[in-house]
Amino acid sequence: MNGWRRHGRGARTRMVAVLDPSEAAVVRGLVGQIRDMLTERAAQAPTDELVELTGVHVGPSTPPTEAVMARLLPDFSTDDERLSAALRSLREPELIAAKEAAADLVLETCPVFGGRVELSREQAETWLTALNDVRLALGTALEVTEEMPEVLPENDPRADHLPVYQWLTWVQDSLVTALAR
Amino acid sequence: MVSTPLEAAGTQLEPTVDEVGIADVPWQTIVWNDPVNLMSYVTYVFQKLFGYDRDKATKLMLDVHHKGRAIVSSGSREKVEGDVARLHAAGLWATMQQPS
Repeated sequence: MNGWRRHGRGARTRMVAVLDPSEAAVVRGLVGQIRDMLTERAAQAPTDELVELTGVHVGPSTPPTEAVMARLLPDFSTDDERLSAALRSLREPELIAAKEAAADLVLETCPVFGGRVELSREQAETWLTALNDVRLALGTALEVTEEMPEVLPENDPRADHLPVYQWLTWVQDSLVTALAR
Repeated sequence: MVSTPLEAAGTQLEPTVDEVGIADVPWQTIVWNDPVNLMSYVTYVFQKLFGYDRDKATKLMLDVHHKGRAIVSSGSREKVEGDVARLHAAGLWATMQQPS
């Protein structure tokens, strides 16, 4: 992949990239994994008679215990636990739904065996959020810091995974740049 | 946040301090620094979600990066709650507060 390029103008503007088979597999695999984790979290939402009566789905009031999901679904307040709990119940289902929809768009537009990806501005913005979710998840799992070196020592168990994270960083930055140009 | 060679330098903008009565203290939307989000992406999100021009969005992004947090919008509880929800959907680490 040589990065995203912008083609056309106005309503016909498209962001274009060509992914080789292994790159498409990485994008699709990771986006799909995050989607599965979000769906699993959504399944933990309480269901009771009130939900069945009203059809209004509420989310759990407590944050996820795993660090990756907690980062993707943050609290609304740093110090007001009641506010955080109330707003999580109210807002988490729609947040998960939005992230699932973004993942679905990537899975629909990224060819299984690689090739040309052509996105409208709106689709490109959705790709940005899905790529960002994957980077947040990987970054949390790898305990990425701002001071982290480009290359980790060989004996660091994260050394083999960091290049994937760095490649996704480059893909996302290239797409922002093409969009903002 | 993570920098890239494409970042432009920020320019000065007026501080956004609201002067209002105590009974009607507005809520604030806070964005916190994190080691994953790209500086280019955060700037783009501020422009897209709040309609800020590139200079203002860049200034706020740099505030988050250097000071660890920045107030990116303010207003009624409902407005700020919606802003935090949209920032969460974009993957930024955002919270809301009402200054006492």
